[in-house]
Amino acid sequence: MRKLGWLVPALYIVFLLLPIYWLVSMSFKTTNEILGAFTLWPKKFTLENYQKIFTDPTWYNGYINSLIYVVINTVISVLVALPAAYAFSRYRFLGDKHLFFWLLTNRMAPAAVFALPFFQLYSAIGLFDTHIAVALAHCLFNIPLAVWILEGFMSSVPRQLDETAYLDGYGFWRFFLKIFLPTIAAGIGVAAFFCFMFSWVELLLAKTLTSVAAKPIAATMTRTASSSGYELGLLAAAGTLTIIPGAFVIYFVRNYIAKGFALGRV
Amino acid sequence: MEGKTQNQMGWLFVLPVVTLVAFNAVIPLMAVVNYSVQETFGNNMFFFEGVKWFEQVLHSDRFHASLGRQLFFSGIILAIEVPLGVAIALAMPRRGPWVSVCLVLMALPLLIPWNVVGAMWNIFALPDIGMLGRLLNDLGINYNYTQQPISAWATLIAMDVWHWTSLVVLLAYAGLSAIPDAYYQAAKIDGASPWAVFRYIQLPKMRRVLTIAVLLRFMDSFNIHTEPFVLTGGGPGNATTLLSIDLVKIALGQFDLGPAAAMSIIYFLIILLLSWVFYAVMTRGEEQ
Repeated sequence: MRKLGWLVPALYIVFLLLPIYWLVSMSFKTTNEILGAFTLWPKKFTLENYQKIFTDPTWYNGYINSLIYVVINTVISVLVALPAAYAFSRYRFLGDKHLFFWLLTNRMAPAAVFALPFFQLYSAIGLFDTHIAVALAHCLFNIPLAVWILEGFMSSVPRQLDETAYLDGYGFWRFFLKIFLPTIAAGIGVAAFFCFMFSWVELLLAKTLTSVAAKPIAATMTRTASSSGYELGLLAAAGTLTIIPGAFVIYFVRNYIAKGFALGRV
Repeated sequence: MEGKTQNQMGWLFVLPVVTLVAFNAVIPLMAVVNYSVQETFGNNMFFFEGVKWFEQVLHSDRFHASLGRQLFFSGIILAIEVPLGVAIALAMPRRGPWVSVCLVLMALPLLIPWNVVGAMWNIFALPDIGMLGRLLNDLGINYNYTQQPISAWATLIAMDVWHWTSLVVLLAYAGLSAIPDAYYQAAKIDGASPWAVFRYIQLPKMRRVLTIAVLLRFMDSFNIHTEPFVLTGGGPGNATTLLSIDLVKIALGQFDLGPAAAMSIIYFLIILLLSWVFYAVMTRGEEQ
């Protein structure tokens, strides 16, 4: 039993990789090969699909748009969550617990409920079809998440650290920026990781709030799938490229993930 | 919660967060509440209707059917993903180079955009040219997710297990790695069976993270929209039309704002209520 224990995660990882393999292998096939015969790997290896994506602005702009709003959202979410998480972990103030719970309820709101009102709200203030609109809209679920994660990390830092710094003559902001933030660097990394992740994978709101100028790659894919026939190879190539930024981010935070989860905050 | 200082300045620190979230949550929610009690005939003319839409939604067979499908879906997802995730986490290596490899590979599905997950499974399971569909049909299983409700449901569940079990694994694994070695040594000296170790050491230590795993998986599976929409579009027929798919159909497809808004509010309340029940049940023993 103990000896065969490694089989369980190994089989699970194979199960995870199979659909990804199919997507990647399809992206290197020609449309004829995909529709014509069932082949387990590309018989006529082609880079045509990728070439089309990298030369057609409607395609590669989708990636740029997605990355822009994801980065803006991550920066805003973490920046505003830092002082708030500090307040929740260090101070008692009127209504603090209710406020914390209210923030978390927003993590439960179905995006489908907000699609139409968001469209009206952001059209009314003239931000429709801008990167900042999507970045702000994603704050709805990313800020509560960032506050929750950061509060967990900050509460595990002993309060003596704060008190010692004040005794040493540090002002609040100097202490916060020079001593406190470096102490919870791992927490900031984990929070940024999750903000990036949830903003990158969300589509419903991103699609609702954009039409042309800020259209995310995921929306380009769905619209292409329906408009220009069934170009599976092209779709597979576009899908494969959306996996890459996530894979990069995971690789960089791999040592922090387990620690972030260990605090029981997601 | 002890050792905190009373400081109303805390409000200044949370003000930016409250402003941004309130802007995104309160204004749209008020719009939804507004629509839910009004009738419109276009031209921006609205008439107060009271609870008419709520009664209509609560009595409609269509809502009952999609709510039933939604509860069934979330129930199955939790029943499969939580035990499976715990089992995988228990079997994972505790230290060494393989830990990073496992974590990175397992986290991969979590970072794929949701519509790409749907599209990926769509082409993976195509009965004629997809790997999975072809394999099942070659094995003599009659499988076609675009035509048979059972195939569609099986594909939908397989997709969600593929997509989200890793979240449970990562959480459970983190809970396990927080257990000091001394506990295991003590159990070994006492001659405890692997089951006893699991039941009396590992499971209690994982309780907190598992609560979070169950809550997150419940909330997210109850809100799921994009993946089933891309995979099956709610079909065949209405077989996989979950709550959010139905809601978007009514709101953006038919533009029936009143019923859609009433349904949104009922939907949100069900999530809040069930999340609270899960939370209360799973943390019941903690205060004792």
